[in-house]
This record gives sequence, C-alpha cells and structure tokens, in this order.
Amino acid sequence: MNISRRKFIQTSGLAAAGLAIGYQFIACTADEPEGTIQLFRMNVDNEAVGAALNPYILIEKTGAVTIFTPKPEIGTGTFQSLPLLIAEELGVNPTSITVKQSRGDNQRFGDQDVGGSSAVSGRWVQLRQVGAAAREMLCTAAAARWGVAAGDCRVENGQVFNQKNESLSFGDLVEDAAKLPVPKEPKLKDPKDFLYIGKPQPRKDIEWKVNGSANFGIDMKVEGMVYAVIERSPNFSGKIKSLDDTAARSVKGVLDVVRTERWLLQRKPQESVAVIADNFWAALKGKKALQIEWEVPAEPMSTEKIYNNFRELAKGDGAKDKSKGNFAKTFAAATVKTEAEYELPFLAHSPLEPQNCLAHVQGDKVEIWSPSQTPNWDVQHVAGFLKIPPENITYHVPFVGGGFGRRLIGDYVIEACRLSKQLGKPVKVMWTREDDTTQGPFRPGSVNQLKGALDADGHLLALHHKVVAPSINYALFNDVESKTKPGYIMEPIADLYDIPNFETSYVFADVEPMPINWWRSVYSSTNAFAHESFIDEMARAGGQDPFEFRRHLLRNDARRLKTLEMLAEKSGWGQPKAEGTGRGVAITHCFGSTAGHVVEVSKNSKGKIKVDRVVTVVDAGIIVNPDNYRAQVEGCIVMALTAALKDAITFENGVAKQDNFHNYRMLRIDEMPKVEIHLMQNTEAPGGAGEPALPPLAPALANAIFDLTGERLRKLPMDLTT
Amino acid sequence: MSNFKLSINGKSYQVDVEEDMPLLWVVRDYIGLTGSKFGCGIMQCGACTMHLNGEPVFSCSTPITAAVGKKITTIEGLSEDSSHPVQQAWIAEQVPQCGYCQSGQIMRAAWLLEQHPKPTDGQIDEAMSAHICRCGTYDRVRKAIHRAAGVDS
Ligand code: FES
Ligand code: FES
Repeated sequence: MNISRRKFIQTSGLAAAGLAIGYQFIACTADEPEGTIQLFRMNVDNEAVGAALNPYILIEKTGAVTIFTPKPEIGTGTFQSLPLLIAEELGVNPTSITVKQSRGDNQRFGDQDVGGSSAVSGRWVQLRQVGAAAREMLCTAAAARWGVAAGDCRVENGQVFNQKNESLSFGDLVEDAAKLPVPKEPKLKDPKDFLYIGKPQPRKDIEWKVNGSANFGIDMKVEGMVYAVIERSPNFSGKIKSLDDTAARSVKGVLDVVRTERWLLQRKPQESVAVIADNFWAALKGKKALQIEWEVPAEPMSTEKIYNNFRELAKGDGAKDKSKGNFAKTFAAATVKTEAEYELPFLAHSPLEPQNCLAHVQGDKVEIWSPSQTPNWDVQHVAGFLKIPPENITYHVPFVGGGFGRRLIGDYVIEACRLSKQLGKPVKVMWTREDDTTQGPFRPGSVNQLKGALDADGHLLALHHKVVAPSINYALFNDVESKTKPGYIMEPIADLYDIPNFETSYVFADVEPMPINWWRSVYSSTNAFAHESFIDEMARAGGQDPFEFRRHLLRNDARRLKTLEMLAEKSGWGQPKAEGTGRGVAITHCFGSTAGHVVEVSKNSKGKIKVDRVVTVVDAGIIVNPDNYRAQVEGCIVMALTAALKDAITFENGVAKQDNFHNYRMLRIDEMPKVEIHLMQNTEAPGGAGEPALPPLAPALANAIFDLTGERLRKLPMDLTT
Repeated sequence: MSNFKLSINGKSYQVDVEEDMPLLWVVRDYIGLTGSKFGCGIMQCGACTMHLNGEPVFSCSTPITAAVGKKITTIEGLSEDSSHPVQQAWIAEQVPQCGYCQSGQIMRAAWLLEQHPKPTDGQIDEAMSAHICRCGTYDRVRKAIHRAAGVDS
C-alpha cells in the first residue's frame, strides 16, 4: 500500500472494528438503507462500538441476513468480496444473503474510499472481525438458552449448533444477541477452515447489470431536477474574455446560463460557464451554442515543451532516493554497460460512464448522488465548501461506471453542489466524453533515464534509475516535500530485485496548469515500462536469456522466484518458439501483489506486428474470489494494451488535442490476444487486485517486439500499424 | 416541440420533444428506461445500443424521427426476467465488471446470434468491435457468446 498517498485519501477516524447487529428489519429500497440504520443506535453506547457505529449486518426474525457493503462498486467486485468477508466469519452462505450498498458515511462504515487496490487487503481483518463478533454474540445468546458454554457452540449456514447437534436459527437469537456486549477481540477463523473465501463465487450485481436495472449515477433523477452541461476553460488557466450566450439561451429547453468554476483541490479554480436546461440534450445544444473567448496564457503548454523540459531537467542529479552499494564506482569500472532513455505519455482515465453528479442543496443540508471512488473524501470537501457539518450531508452511492483513479477527484461533485446552491434546485451535472477526455486530471507522463553495468558473468552488477516526472501530491496538495522525497513516485522500481549496486533518483518537473492525478497503478504504470524494458536490455547486453537473468536477480526471494518460475513453466519459455514470433517477459511487485506476463508477438501477412498471446502469473496471497480476481487481471491487460498501443493525450497551445474515442482510441475485441491467467495458491495475506497486473504488460510487449525485430521501442504509445 | 408516438418494448408511448433529440435521450430522460447508456455520443462506444425493428442502432446518434413507426427494443425489453440466452450466458461467464457497457454489448450479441446462431470468432470480432469496454471484459464477452450459441469456446 501507498501510505503517502492513502494518508490524503483516508478520512476515517475509525481504528477498531465496530459492530451492531439488529433485531428487526424494516423494508428499505436498495439506495435507501438509512431508514433501518437508526434502529442500531441502541448499540451506540456499547464500548467496543464507540461513538461511531458500523451497521453492516441486519438479521430479520425470519433469519434473513442483509449485509451492507461499505465501499462503492466501481467494477472491481467489492459488492461481492467485502460482504463475503463478513459472511464467512458470521457463518452464512454468501449466496443466501441480501447485499445492499451503504451510504457515504465513514462514522458508520469506516474507510469507504476505493483506490490503491486496497478494498480487500485494507479491510481484510476488520471486516472479518465484524462478522466474527456477530457470530460470537449469536453463540453466546444460544449458549445461554441451552445452559452450555458459548465455546461449545458452532455456527453453520445461519444456525447455531450445540454439541448435541440441536440448533437455533440466527433469527431466533438475534434479539437476545443484540443486547450483549460486542466482543472486542473476536476470534477469526483459521484460513484453512474458510468455506467461501478462496472459491469462485457469483457476483450479486451481475444480474442487474445484464438486464439494465443496475442504477448508476447517471440514472439518478429527482423531482424538479435540472441538467447542467459545463464549458470549462480549455487551457485550464485562461479566464473568460468575453461571453455571448444569446444563442445558447434561445435553445428550447435552456433555462439559464451561469458563470461558475471548477474546483480541484489546491489548484486555482478554473473559470467555467454552465448551461442549465430541463433536459440533457437541450443543455448540450446550449453548450455548443455558447460563444466564449478564452484568455490564452502568454506561454501556453505543449507536449513538445513539456518533454523538452523533462529532458533539460534530466541533466540535473535530482533528489537521491534509494541507494545501495556504490553505483558510481562500479559503473565506472565496469566493461559491459548500457544507458537508455524512456518516454511515457499523458493519458486520460476514460471510465465509460462520464462524470456526473446530482446534488440538492437545501439551506444547510445537501443530498448527493454521485458515482465516486471517494464518498468520504467528497463528504469532507462538500462540508468544507458549503460550510456545513458532515452530518448534514446525505451521500448516496450508486453503481459506478468505472473509476481507474478518475473518481478519486470530486470536482464534479463540487460543481453540482455549487450550482444547486446558486439555483436553489436539484442539479444534475453531466460531463460529456469530450469534457472527460480534454479536461483531465491526466495520468502524468515522464522521462526515465537508466544506466546499468554487468559483471564478468553477465549478471547485473549496478543500476541507476532516474525518474523525471511531475508530483501528483504537489499538484493536488501543494506537498512541497514530495519534490525531494518522492515516496510512491518511485514505485515499483526498488520493490523486487536484489541488485548489488543500486541507485534511484527523482527529478521534479512542474507541468502547471495541466491537472494530473492517479491513474490505475499510478507511477508503476510508467516506471515499470522503463525498468523492466531496461532489465531486458541488460540481459541482452550480456547475451543472457531474459528469464534466466531475472531468475538470478530473484535468487534470494523464494516467494517471488516461484512466481517467475511458474510464469516460465506456464508460458513454455523453455520450448523453442515458432518461426517469425517473438516473446518477452516482465514482472513487477506493486500494491501488495507480484504479477508477471509473457507476451508473444508475430508479424502478419502484411508485415505488421500483432500481439498473439499473453500468459500471466500473479501471486496475490489469499484471493477471496478467484474468478473476480481473474476478471481484474483481464481488465489490467486490456487497459495496459490500450495504453501501450493506442493514443496519448497531447497538448498544443495549452489544450488537449484528443477529445473522444475516435482520436483517443481504446482496444477493442478484435485486437484481443489469447489470454491465459494463472493465480498462485498460498495463505499469505491478500495483496491488491485492481492494479498489480497492469505495469508489467507494456515492458513484456516491448521486450517481445525486440525479440522479434531487434528493435527496442522506448516510447509509449508504440505505433505498430506502420 | 413535436409529439411522437413510439413503440418501446411492446408498449406505446407519446412524447413531446424536439425533433433532433436522439432516441437515447428520449428513452432515458422522458420514458425513464435507463438501462441504455451514454458513453460517447458519436457512435464510437456502443453503450447506447438498442434495436430498431430488430437491427442494432447507436441510439445516441439516431434522431427520434427515425424511430417513429418502428419497433424499439431496449435492454429492458430483451426478456422479462433476464432469461434471454445471451443474458444467461453473461451471468454464467460473469462478464460485467462496472457493467456500464454491458446493456449495449448484450443487445448487439443478441442480434448477432439471430444472424449467426453459431458465430465464428471472426463474426464475433466484426459485430462486437462496435463496442468499447474500458473495464476490459472482451475475453468473457467472446466466451459468453459462444456459450449462448451452445458452442464450447
Ligand atoms: S453513446 Fe452511442 S455509441 Fe457511444
Ligand atoms: S464492464 Fe465496465 S465498461 Fe464494460
């Protein structure tokens, strides 16, 4: 986990697992669970729960169990995997329960943000404690009825059993159990006794997602709502020189045109104009009819300038990060050495559901419906913006049409709150795909410079990796320290290999006014391309097999070595490859998991390179739902192939040149290689799922292309169409 | 504003909207069927795919005037109870991640299977490459289509 990044995202004050179980069930709709929650206030005074309450579990007298999932479902399967942790310990079959989405409320549900691949790994112990505490309370209640010791009772499938095999259902017991103190340190199951964790399980949201009934943010509607479509300063900093809204106002359905602004944390607010209409189409037509002249900065940013600056800055030493042995000396003395530079582009996140938010501000209260990765952070920002206490915010969490880091930034939430307050109505802000593609925040690009030397046996003796990149924490939080103490900016460079003489350094680069933020796997998505490509270059420089070369680097790390060896075995690395094909390997460790790919490429009849096959091995410790984990790896592969082979976001005159999927293209089904995924089996604590398999894909691909053509591609995206 | 009579999922509706309003927004904002999604607005992503007289269309770019007098089918009308073979195959293969692209993909896959009850990989590529899935569910989409066709992939 990235502590430095998470510390900004984490807003929860809850340290211990709180728990409340209920004794009655009041009907509630999927997005209105709060009606029931008041019932559990009775447990507020309970010491172990403290002032905050985590009402995850509802048990009806009939025995029906409802579990509230604390985090948003952005596609990564939390709607199944988080309730699963509770259900396993509680002793109910996860397929028999009802799952409901919690509201954004960290006083009740703890940390609700989804980022850093931490949904399961970050709450692995806590959510199981929630279930285990409830199980112990139910056992204690049953033991009292039978006059036996609680330790002599066990649970199975919603029932408590005694040693005579008599049983009582959870529904019979819940009223008594709710009066008991909540155990402070409930005993967790031994992983070998897990009944459900570790087995492929169907996701309960899937049926709703195949029949159109899953409600996303964009589907939310309330009485009296108006739509807002917004034109924001295209160069991020230029102010409005002139505005003519006559044509926009004459569009049928347009109600108003108002000046507003885009808030984005510590950044200077961005001037904007909102078109308000009684339907989306009218608002969109209104936006297109706006005549705005924007101020152009004296020296507008361009991609060329950004990368020239990166290269200029790279001449400096930057800040030393990791250091081991003596790089300078060993490098100077070595006879076989190599240097190379790699370039990574800016990218957009492009979740398929464009950003949107419905907000209704009424006096000092606000109700929000927002597809978000950070309900807690949004609540904090809205409270600050409207100057109201967080308790006055009712935050509904619909299904989210993809996140990838974009929805860690709630600029669209503040836009909706600002407009609703100004207009005195519920306002739904809708971003278009053009807004999403051109406005960022973007995955920052970078330049990486590497130097390496081999010893007489052809093993890696010395390596220096220099990263020239913007700091996301500086851009968003004004974190000045991050300019010289890069922390997670250097991920995952130092996290795998044992290199005797090793140095990393970071050179801060400012890209103001481009808004930047975290993109799936963050800096690992850029650094790993350079690092794992260069490891390949070093292997080749010494005439070594790229797999054997890495094998030597991992020789002292039994667990990671096993992953690499499994990859060689599953991909058939030892076997001769077919005529006219190339293959490449790369492996990284980030977000708590180790992932490696072997990519195979060939030339088609027109001489163009195509990606034929990807073989993947991941060690993520205990995997709570292997089928869903696999889906995340599939997603990482597709997103990484898109980033490697499709389009960059480039800038000219301070404006992004790509604006929709025709020029910011995505990989499609006809370009899919054959994918084979293998998951390591072990009982280590869970690592991340959503990101770790992304970083090693692009270098494995570049290494395969080198293997086929002898040409080293050091810049992404690569163009294989010519 | 004009008055349009529409037939959607076997029911008749009357709406009073601008003539240039795309079918997608009429169905989502006026009829209240929100299963069809907006992803790009320019026929690139397929999230808005519906059937017009059984043929798949990008409803984001189909003016309402082009839908009058035709049978409109949305994801909500594909089956009453998620029982269409494509929906069942999608559940069996656990295709959706975020799910946002899936209504559109399912509508095209249902049409594809009517054209080619046992589609080849090439036919799947040709039809389904009209769609973008940012979550990357393509491998499962292919498997689910083969499954719905009763063919092992
Ligand atoms: S929204 Fe219609 S094709 Fe993308
Ligand atoms: S499942 Fe998320 S876009 Fe396809």
